[in-house]
Amino acid sequence: MKNSIEVKDIEMVFQDKKVLDHINLCIEEGEIFGLLGPSGAGKTTLIKILTGQLKQTQGVAQILGESILKFTSRIYAQMGMVLDQTGLYERLSCYDNLELFTSIYGISKNKIKESLKRVGLEEAVRQPVYKLSRGMRQRLVLARAIMHEPKILFLDEPTSALDPATSLYIHELILEEKEKGTTIFLTTHNMEEAAKLCDHIVLLNEGHIVEYGVPQEICKRYDHQRQIQILLSNGETCILKNQPESGEQIKHYFEKQQISAIHSMEPTLETVFIELTGRRLV
Amino acid sequence: MLMKKCLAIFKKQIKDTLKNKSILIQFILFPIMAVIMNNAVHIEGMPKNYFVNLFATMYIGMAPMESMSTIISEEKENNTLRVLLMANVKTYEYLLGVGFYVLLLCLIGSGVFGICGGYEGMNLVRFIGIMGIGIITSILIGAAIGVWSKNQMTATSITVPIMMIFSFMPMLAGFNDAIGKISRFLYSQQVSHLLENISKMTLGRECVVVITMNILVALVLFIFSYKRCSLA
Repeated sequence: MKNSIEVKDIEMVFQDKKVLDHINLCIEEGEIFGLLGPSGAGKTTLIKILTGQLKQTQGVAQILGESILKFTSRIYAQMGMVLDQTGLYERLSCYDNLELFTSIYGISKNKIKESLKRVGLEEAVRQPVYKLSRGMRQRLVLARAIMHEPKILFLDEPTSALDPATSLYIHELILEEKEKGTTIFLTTHNMEEAAKLCDHIVLLNEGHIVEYGVPQEICKRYDHQRQIQILLSNGETCILKNQPESGEQIKHYFEKQQISAIHSMEPTLETVFIELTGRRLV
Repeated sequence: MLMKKCLAIFKKQIKDTLKNKSILIQFILFPIMAVIMNNAVHIEGMPKNYFVNLFATMYIGMAPMESMSTIISEEKENNTLRVLLMANVKTYEYLLGVGFYVLLLCLIGSGVFGICGGYEGMNLVRFIGIMGIGIITSILIGAAIGVWSKNQMTATSITVPIMMIFSFMPMLAGFNDAIGKISRFLYSQQVSHLLENISKMTLGRECVVVITMNILVALVLFIFSYKRCSLA
């Protein structure tokens, strides 16, 4: 599998403050990569460096085999972005907002209605952006980002402050894009979102990578207690060590048909983050 | 490809302006006032086309400068410009698209002034051509302000005093010699002189030097603000 994004020793200093410190990443083609961290961890700075909006103090990075310092039209045409601010033309309609970008990317106008349909905005084609809700705007931004079928999609907190239904809709779209082979670089501080969507994640704190890997494996790695929770039919809960000696007791509950549910008790990504940094992921 | 992107920006700007009254009014206010005043007010001894030349000079100093600075600063404030640049629109493509749009609309306005003043044939072409020189200078100043400003409020607070100087000084020069001595160094004053003598079309050395110097200063200002602040 080829790497879509490679980051080597990226460092960023703002007014004597190191906001990114020796960041190394390899993101494979077609995977969803999550960059997790609390506000101010350096997520947006890294996404801005990778998309050519900021120049790093040190280090190198490549997108689709080309240096980020020498972005060519070919690379720009293969990138889609949902940035921290929507950047939509408020007075223009959804259609007009997208039409501008079909002309810029040199793609067919048929893509406009197709993209709006994909994000569920076909009813709002002629509506001006200022009349759209926050969730609808975010979907329109996503439509703009995927309209030209990019190979890499940068999503900077795409579901931040959205209602659960819209978030779910956006999650489905992200997974659809993955199915099509798009590499997705996602920043979020929502650990459930990361665990649900991402193939690999990086936990970032104050500009440092504190953990890297597959979300479920990270959680298992930090499962020091190794316990399971059994919910009994009488409403009681029973916590047992996840070890062979607990087998007898579980068998006993099974025989008496007392088990309502069994849950593993590995930590969540948030718990792991707190353990590693002493901070919450907000 | 360059033309394609410039044209896309140009078309977007037309659609946006039709829904943006504050920009739209910049382009139509002075031509409408000129038409009304030229037809409604007739005073004995008043120079021919007094109101046409007066409002045309004001138009040059206001409309292109204000609209250019507002458009650029609004795009910066709303982050739409960043999105365009991220979609591989080059800064010069964006500026050419917006600049050409402002120029075209102002030239249409100039045409209205010219027709209102009764100019025909070559005289109308000359009139629009002279207006065009002033408009381009104002576009450069407006672009410099727009690039320099982080948001619309800053752009307006810088643009208003500057456009007042370029718009009102030529008019005030008619009432006060001291102001006249200063205003002769402004391109708007020189353009105003040329408009008053359109049929003679004599380009004095002072006129050429002042207009050229003004264009050069506007260009330097634009380059300086671009280098300092850039568009992103």
